[in-house]
Amino acid sequence: MKSLRLLIICCLMLHPVSSLAADDGYGYPIPGAHEATILGTPTSLMPEFPAKMRMKQIIVNVIPGREKPPLFYYDEGLHCSFAYQEKKAPLIFLIAGTGSSGLAPKIISMAKAFYQAGYHVITLPSPTNANFIISASQSRVPGDLTEDAEDLYRAMASAWNQVKGDIEVSDFHLCGYSLGGTQAAFVARLDEERKLFNFRKVLMINPPVSLYSSLTRFEELLQKIPGGAKKEGAFFNKMLAKFGAYYRYGNFVGINDDLIYAIYQERLFSKEETAGLIALAYRINFAGMIFSSDVMTGGGYVVPKNRVLKASDSLADYFQVSSHLSFFSYFDEYFYPHFQKKRPGLTKEALIASESLRSIEGYLRSSGKFGVMTNQNDFILTTEELDYLKELFGARTKVYPRGGHLGNLEFKENLEYMVAFFGSEGVTP
Amino acid sequence: MIKRTSGRFLQAFSLFLLLLTAGCAATQSNLNREIPPMHTIGEFRDQRFAEVNDPWERFNLNMYRFNFYLDKYLLLPVVRGYESVTPVFVQHRVSNFYNNVAEIRNLSNSMLQAKGKESLSTLGRLVTNSTIGIGGLFDPATKFGLERQDQDFGKTLGYWGAESGPYLVLPFFGPSSVRDTGGLAFDSALLYGIYSAVGPFDNTSHSQAISAGITTLQGIDMRHQQDFRYFESGYPFEYYMVRFFYHEKRELESAKPPEKVLESGDAGK
Repeated sequence: MKSLRLLIICCLMLHPVSSLAADDGYGYPIPGAHEATILGTPTSLMPEFPAKMRMKQIIVNVIPGREKPPLFYYDEGLHCSFAYQEKKAPLIFLIAGTGSSGLAPKIISMAKAFYQAGYHVITLPSPTNANFIISASQSRVPGDLTEDAEDLYRAMASAWNQVKGDIEVSDFHLCGYSLGGTQAAFVARLDEERKLFNFRKVLMINPPVSLYSSLTRFEELLQKIPGGAKKEGAFFNKMLAKFGAYYRYGNFVGINDDLIYAIYQERLFSKEETAGLIALAYRINFAGMIFSSDVMTGGGYVVPKNRVLKASDSLADYFQVSSHLSFFSYFDEYFYPHFQKKRPGLTKEALIASESLRSIEGYLRSSGKFGVMTNQNDFILTTEELDYLKELFGARTKVYPRGGHLGNLEFKENLEYMVAFFGSEGVTP
Repeated sequence: MIKRTSGRFLQAFSLFLLLLTAGCAATQSNLNREIPPMHTIGEFRDQRFAEVNDPWERFNLNMYRFNFYLDKYLLLPVVRGYESVTPVFVQHRVSNFYNNVAEIRNLSNSMLQAKGKESLSTLGRLVTNSTIGIGGLFDPATKFGLERQDQDFGKTLGYWGAESGPYLVLPFFGPSSVRDTGGLAFDSALLYGIYSAVGPFDNTSHSQAISAGITTLQGIDMRHQQDFRYFESGYPFEYYMVRFFYHEKRELESAKPPEKVLESGDAGK
């Protein structure tokens, strides 16, 4: 989401560009995994898109008659963006990463690249985005790959229904990044039964193999701040003060690329601090998911049970509380009990195992439609998990030497690869 | 006469208060008793973060909602209509024109902050764009290396040490503070004063209609240039994020000169 990206950008970064672009023929310049994750792609290295595109927002009514508490008065349905061609063309669905909306900058860049290459595009928010939880999640409890795939499939069908009278479609494709990448695999598997779209190709970008494992990586980043994760508020304030002092000293004229580059070059933040800021941004993001889910289920997790929040009620305390909760708390106290109630006898280990690509390994191995694109230094994967992806998808795995987690997603070459993956005819084994 | 006006004002004001608090009464009749949640603020021993002085939060939340509906039912449909009937080239000229007019605000305030170099550069922009840029329709100054430096009276007040005061969400304008609202009023009054003094359309018989048209187009262009959309993030704590970023940005941009920071020695914490 935009403001989070701004937060990250505002509060950050560090190490010297020791070896600006190693001599490996790959032009993405930022070597460090954490720095790349925070900085993303410099504007000058993104492709240029036409000024005018046939692209608009659509609001999809996925669950008719859905009851929403007064607090969410602004939520009128699932916010997606829709880009369309005037001639017959393939349609690609894009699924956003953890917490992101269907209008987030990264997914819009992808949509533009596909639109430019002649595709119809529909973007979808992540099932962990509040808009999705409120408007499109049947259970209102996000994070289960199988259920999220059902919800996504229903959302895609509704969106398709809404636009199919206006466009001509030759084929359907599917692509997602981060959590959305892993979800794409589960959606594709569901599509093999339902056969509404018969996706021809599916690309997973920087996907986690196991959700539990990848979210553990994030939590570990926050352990290293002074006092540990429980002192994230003090850490946030300290980093902000540091940033403010730096800004005043430096005679900067505004918060812009020059400032961010200077912060990066002069190593304002240490290695641990940078990692901490990434993890904090993820916690703040996650807080939106925890809170909306709790409000929608009336679960009494962070909001008193039976309290009906209104538009003018202060959420300040809920914000502080929700962003102090770790993924482990959410999993142990909210997520696991929810599924235990539905499936008595379910063990924690079994639930963790089901939230992984390994649980549908047989299908993934047998199907030729998948491709993976990730980075050697994506810190959400262990070396073992990266090797697993390479082994599972073979020649259809593209591993870039750097880029961290999604840092190079909007880089020219990466967008070209994405488009080319779907463009290449036939299915290579 | 005065008495009657103030009475009417009081009436309107109490009605307004009543509307703001109307929601409160309803909850008390809830049949289901509230049960405390598993996690509450009391259990965390940590500093609060991203906090901003916001004693009028309820009012501000209501105003935030008002702006959402104002956008939805009035501004955005108008802006969309404007964008669909006006060629992109013309849209850019309109934006440039109003941005050039705003240089008067930038100039007066960089002067009020005694920023010599910046004032000269802004004056250079104003003169260049008003002449070579054909009355501000084009922006050749940026190509000549004169970068735009936004200033306003809120920043001037901050520069000379005025605190921002409580956070305030204004109708139409959005996030602000007590100080910045005063600044906005001052800047608008100044511009209006200049406009009235110059009276460019006084000789025509439609000067009022023309002024109204100019102001309306300015409002449309303002919304057109601003790509923020309420609740587009889908983030339930968006109000708090917007509040935090607005406040921090203003604090930084109206910061005192570096020498003073050096003296006070509070840097490098």
